[in-house]
Amino acid sequence: MNIAAPQASALQDDSIEQPLLSVRSLTRYYGTRIGCADISFDIWPGEVLAIVGESGSGKTTLLNCISTRLPPTSGTVSYSMRDGVLHDLFKLREADRRFLLRTDWGFVHQNPADGLRMAASAGANVGERLMAVGDRHYGHIRETAIDWLDRVEIDAGRIDDQPRAFSGGMRQRLQIARNLVTAPRLVFMDEPTGGLDVSVQARLLDLLRGLVNDLGLAVIIVTHDLAVARLLSHRMIVMKDGRVVEQGLTDRLLDDPQAPYTQLLVSSILQG
Amino acid sequence: MSKPHALIVSGLAKSFTMHLRGDIELPVISGADFVLTCGQCAVLGGPSGAGKSSILKMLYGNYAVNAGSIVVRHRGRETDLAGAEPRKILEIRRETIGYVSQFLRVMPRVSALDVVAEPLVFSGAGREEAARRAAGLLQRLNLPERLWALPPATFSGGEQQRINIARGFITDHSILLLDEPTASLDAANRAVVLQMIAEKKAAGVALLGIFHDADVRDAVADTIIDVTGFAPDRRAA
Amino acid sequence: MNAQQRTSTYNFAYLDEQTKRMIRRAILKAIAIPGYQVPFASREMPMPYGWGTGGVQVTAAILGPNDVLKVIDQGADDTTNAVSIRKFFERVAGIATTTKTSHATIIQTRHRIPEVPLTAGQVLVYQVPNPEPLRFLEPRETETRKMHALEEYGLMHVKLYEDIARNGHIATTYAYPVKIEGRYVMDPSPTPKFDNPKMHMSDALQLFGAGREKRIYALPPHTQVVSLDFEDHPFEVQRFDKPCALCGAEQVYLDEVILDDRGNRMFVCSDTDHCESRRAKGYRGELGGAQ
Repeated sequence: MNIAAPQASALQDDSIEQPLLSVRSLTRYYGTRIGCADISFDIWPGEVLAIVGESGSGKTTLLNCISTRLPPTSGTVSYSMRDGVLHDLFKLREADRRFLLRTDWGFVHQNPADGLRMAASAGANVGERLMAVGDRHYGHIRETAIDWLDRVEIDAGRIDDQPRAFSGGMRQRLQIARNLVTAPRLVFMDEPTGGLDVSVQARLLDLLRGLVNDLGLAVIIVTHDLAVARLLSHRMIVMKDGRVVEQGLTDRLLDDPQAPYTQLLVSSILQG
Repeated sequence: MSKPHALIVSGLAKSFTMHLRGDIELPVISGADFVLTCGQCAVLGGPSGAGKSSILKMLYGNYAVNAGSIVVRHRGRETDLAGAEPRKILEIRRETIGYVSQFLRVMPRVSALDVVAEPLVFSGAGREEAARRAAGLLQRLNLPERLWALPPATFSGGEQQRINIARGFITDHSILLLDEPTASLDAANRAVVLQMIAEKKAAGVALLGIFHDADVRDAVADTIIDVTGFAPDRRAA
Repeated sequence: MNAQQRTSTYNFAYLDEQTKRMIRRAILKAIAIPGYQVPFASREMPMPYGWGTGGVQVTAAILGPNDVLKVIDQGADDTTNAVSIRKFFERVAGIATTTKTSHATIIQTRHRIPEVPLTAGQVLVYQVPNPEPLRFLEPRETETRKMHALEEYGLMHVKLYEDIARNGHIATTYAYPVKIEGRYVMDPSPTPKFDNPKMHMSDALQLFGAGREKRIYALPPHTQVVSLDFEDHPFEVQRFDKPCALCGAEQVYLDEVILDDRGNRMFVCSDTDHCESRRAKGYRGELGGAQ
């Protein structure tokens, strides 16, 4: 009855493309308590997927499992590596997983201090990933850092300042630049606008929207804020008590929510 | 009737289940059958609340479909939009079905020109080409050039409406859905929109619209689809 | 070089044999994996941490009755630390000591490598305060170990980047990080970077002991040691404008010595043995004639 969830239907697609990331029956228990259970979805290149739910709904557990920061109890997460082959992430060597995390992936934390080196300068924060993949030319690293500071609207004159001297919004933009500098194909974001003032939030969202479009990034963004999901995402997964309540096209979910819980979310947050 | 069909709707049904109000069921549409023909404009007719907007939204994928099919010619193939996965719907929106909504969803900090050019950029055109065509449309719709570089958030209703129209008309989509595009326009701009609709028809585009203004409706409609015929209560009776 | 009377109440070289065996095992492992920090059960020594407890344990573990020991602190044989450690081993091992680099079989050092190239059969033992080169930006030991294991060394260049950004050049002058045989990044202990090239392909065995941090690492003879740098900011050693004021030596590491309270000063060899040997051979610097 509902619009079909995008599981098997992916196969009927005429193109020979494959998903970038494929999650199947992912389950994570904390002891006997469910973190998240039986989650399946695909994400394709250039697609923005929002995982929405209230605190404790399991969305952060899910994000941490997908990004291999937390091992799942069961289920698989496969990723299409640059060789074009889908690899089960939890069968990769740790070295390969970590390499993925600092090259082909990004992770934007809610609290920028978790994702930045607060004692290193802005330029070093942006340049670190370049150096990690072997860039050994100071001039080039610095040029790239200046370019990225500009793209996230941080004045190039701040390049040698430490993020401690930055406002919350600037820190978050710096964290984004630090993640995007290696041109990742998939970026995870955990409440990226979480602790920010409304006006700062709007600017950041707008910036993110532009970057995602320009770079053709695939993004998995965890948020409790439906306005963030509306503005950034193509597709949404609504979670409650560790399970998927509903998933589909973002504007379909918001304009015509089907599940009782989604209706409650939509009516309570977007009223008016 | 030698012209080919762009979209075929059959047995379409829609109802809302209000889970927060004791699961009451609100049927809106049932058994809707109609076709959109290339190069013609069909107009949804019927009183307010008859479900005209709901049909438009189902055709664009904003509303879920309870029963029936919406078969659209996309990439040279018949594709049922009613059961399509989200990725497919996004692809159809990018390439085949355009939509002019009643209200502009304002994006902060994006200039009017970029708002208009965006759908063309997404469908793969170059930025310069898109900007050129966007400028042409805004010119035609008499939007003062000094506004082009500004975000439309502070524009008047009529100005926003024209941005919206330009945004919908800029692509070469083969199907165009129009939700009251002329509602807040003055006579001169209304005439421009009518002319633009005529050009789309001449280009073989299939249009489906909601127009409350009888003059406009008469001017553009090749067929009227009477939505009262799809009312669920009438069936029940 | 006179063999001293040894205090017989202590086991040879102070440590008991089991402990020496444990340390030797750590040393062997360290030699087998050049640049890798091997944890070891560092013992309490009769001197405070920071006085070379790591180096002393390594020396004690490898010392034999026929060894000749030299101890230097900042290049000098006559500083308190060097003198005490030499005396310590004279007492507890009864071994011969020397200040002549070429006569020594084992040289324990704090902060310098002798100017005269070391030869096959010699062992250089470094006293190391902080063995972990990644520590300054990554405080978690679990994480730094993983970074070594996975060769994630981007962070080292972050430090050098910061140096250039702040000073226009790499301003790190001591404890300058090196990469060993293209694998492990290692802290060469707080020796001046002037000495880094001496570590490369040395004929001597180099052992590093960190007592407080309980780590031993090593460079077997003929090991490749490369100082980290950027293509457009290559590694360079310090240069001195003048030769040694006493012996006239060039291309050696110089210490600044204040001569009076009117701002007069001179620069002299930090390696006292090198300076004395040269003067014994008749070399003189600009202030050396008076001697």
